[in-house]
Amino acid sequence: MRFSNLIKIAYRSLMKNKLRTILTMIGIIIGVASIVTMMGIGEGSSSSIKSSFSSLGVNAIMIMPGAQNNGGVRSDAGTGQNMTVEDADAIREFCPDISALSPIVRTSAQTVYGSQNWHTSIFGVNTEYFTVRNLKIPKGTCFTMAENKSSAKVCIIGETVVTNLFGAGANALGQTIRINKIPFRVIGILEKKGQNSFGQDQDDVILGPFYTVQKRMLGTTNVGQIIASSTNEKVTNKAVDEITEILMQRHKILDPEDADFTIRTQSEISNIFGSISTVLGVLLTIMAFISLIVGGIGIMNIMLVSITERTREIGLRMAIGAKGKDILLQFLIEAVFLSLIGGFIGLGLGVLFSNLVGLFAGWPIIITTNSVIFAFGSATFIGIIFGYLPARKAAHMRPIEALRYE
Amino acid sequence: MNDKPVIETRDLTKTYTMGDIVVKALRGTSLKIYENEFVAIMGPSGSGKSTIMNILGCLDVATSGDYFLDGIDVKKNTANQLADLRNQKIGFVFQAYNLLPRTPAIENVELPMLYNPNINAKERRERALEALRSVGLLERAASMPNQLSGGQQQRVAIARAIVNDPVLILADEPTGNLDTRTSFEVMEIFQKMNALGKTIALVTHEPDIAEFTKRNVHFRDGSIFKDEMVANPRNATEELKKLPPKEITI
Ligand SMILES: Nc1ncnc2c1ncn2[C@@H]1O[C@H](COP(=O)(O)OP(=O)(O)OP(=O)(O)O)[C@@H](O)[C@H]1O
Ligand SMILES: [Mg+2]
Repeated sequence: MRFSNLIKIAYRSLMKNKLRTILTMIGIIIGVASIVTMMGIGEGSSSSIKSSFSSLGVNAIMIMPGAQNNGGVRSDAGTGQNMTVEDADAIREFCPDISALSPIVRTSAQTVYGSQNWHTSIFGVNTEYFTVRNLKIPKGTCFTMAENKSSAKVCIIGETVVTNLFGAGANALGQTIRINKIPFRVIGILEKKGQNSFGQDQDDVILGPFYTVQKRMLGTTNVGQIIASSTNEKVTNKAVDEITEILMQRHKILDPEDADFTIRTQSEISNIFGSISTVLGVLLTIMAFISLIVGGIGIMNIMLVSITERTREIGLRMAIGAKGKDILLQFLIEAVFLSLIGGFIGLGLGVLFSNLVGLFAGWPIIITTNSVIFAFGSATFIGIIFGYLPARKAAHMRPIEALRYE
Repeated sequence: MNDKPVIETRDLTKTYTMGDIVVKALRGTSLKIYENEFVAIMGPSGSGKSTIMNILGCLDVATSGDYFLDGIDVKKNTANQLADLRNQKIGFVFQAYNLLPRTPAIENVELPMLYNPNINAKERRERALEALRSVGLLERAASMPNQLSGGQQQRVAIARAIVNDPVLILADEPTGNLDTRTSFEVMEIFQKMNALGKTIALVTHEPDIAEFTKRNVHFRDGSIFKDEMVANPRNATEELKKLPPKEITI
């Protein structure tokens, strides 16, 4: 009964000065909106990184030319010109724990069909690449081993390429496109994958036979990268050791420290990016929390000013029977009201912002119940903490002095 | 005269100290006000009228001496108990009305009952409307203070003072900001309240306002120097009729 009266009192005095109420809330609105947005971005990116790496296959192993750069000061890092098809063949032959393997070369080129042209990435891979990357070709077929050996001018293209060269939904199968002026026949269309967690369009790609891209387009004998799959998750690390040994032998390297290649497993990478995005998420949340605290200080400032301004009102309330604790609670309730309503509006805006960010920047966004609870909890917390000081100041006024205040 | 004092003070003193300066605002005041009395407290500026009103209203405490309000020894009460006394035993009317701005008259009148846990929302509204009716402002219940004249605002303040049915109404210069006609209107309301049994003490500088009350207590230098009954209190309703008709200024 008494408490409901206090709520009524607080509500009435907030409604009495709507502009002040709104100004006080703005800090909290911005704080909560940014917490929700930041947490949404953080959650979204870390979970999409996790899922995109697991779609790559938990057993995937990437072998890249160039030294491990975890020492930081290696001078020969990233030379990247020392891995060959023979290395790939040797791994396949001597590493028993590998089930599929593909060398990769990569370039980018202008592609032309009719009057349309499009700049995109071209990957040269072998048939096992599709197994390792878990790629499907719902329309058309993959090229054969023979086509790879003979550097056949065939390719499999992603949906984005189809859209840009042929128009959305058009039938591209069997058509001939020109890549760097070389005619290629389209024999397959990749299953649509959308954006990966870094915002790259995974459908903006052309896959051709390894030798076709390596010899006809790049004119080199090097391999950009080798991607492999271990037979199962348990032997991944063993496979890595075997590959390391094979390559060291082939490259005549004695000390693993001097290796001119880098091996990464899928789980390693997903852990690294997972933890990066967790750290990023935490940082973003801390920043958002700081803005919430600034919002709280805003509440405190405006409440301190308004308490001074309302000194006579406080005196009057005391003169007609308000106790110190009634005044304290009134102002605390006002502060919590402000924070909660601000929190609610902030939540709405946060959801809106995150979706806009998701829409325009193409970032994945996930808003969890936890982040909503966290946003509300911290808004209330801020309200109580920063409302308490001014409220206490008001409660400790002596009625006669408050009444006389001018 | 009734034999039960609503107010009884014995040797009240009040001293204000500001650094080296010591002001003796009250120097041993003993005063009894009985039930259904209507007292005007008069005296020159600085004689201690507001000081004693604030002590009687439990807004301030005396430096020494005793004060019994409705038989309660006020000295023995904590700050919270004093708040309850102010809420339930006293209705205070201020010179400057002290209504909450941007708050309708009805809500201003409801205010003391919001601090009274024994009154529910329905009763609160009913009693506030009744109080507004008794000051003749029922139809202005929804008006904001700035939409009311000074006299009307003071009547809302009186409604607020009586709404918790206090044993004592205290008013410090309630007509101080008002012209003759509205002063008389306010006094008419006080006389009506007094006729209904309320005990009222008010401070005024104006002898013709004091003539509407039943007893005049004169202060000088912090003590009572004259305390006399008014032989024939003026009747505010009659006096209002004698006033020239309300001027209408454009
Ligand atoms: N808070 C205070 N601090 C210091 N001195 C005060 C305070 N309040 C009142 N006084 C002093 O106490 C004396 C009595 O003041 P009080 O306000 O009671 O006078 P009053 O009779 O109400 O005068 P007025 O008719 O002008 O309202 C004065 O000398 C005044 O200066
Ligand atoms: Mg005074």
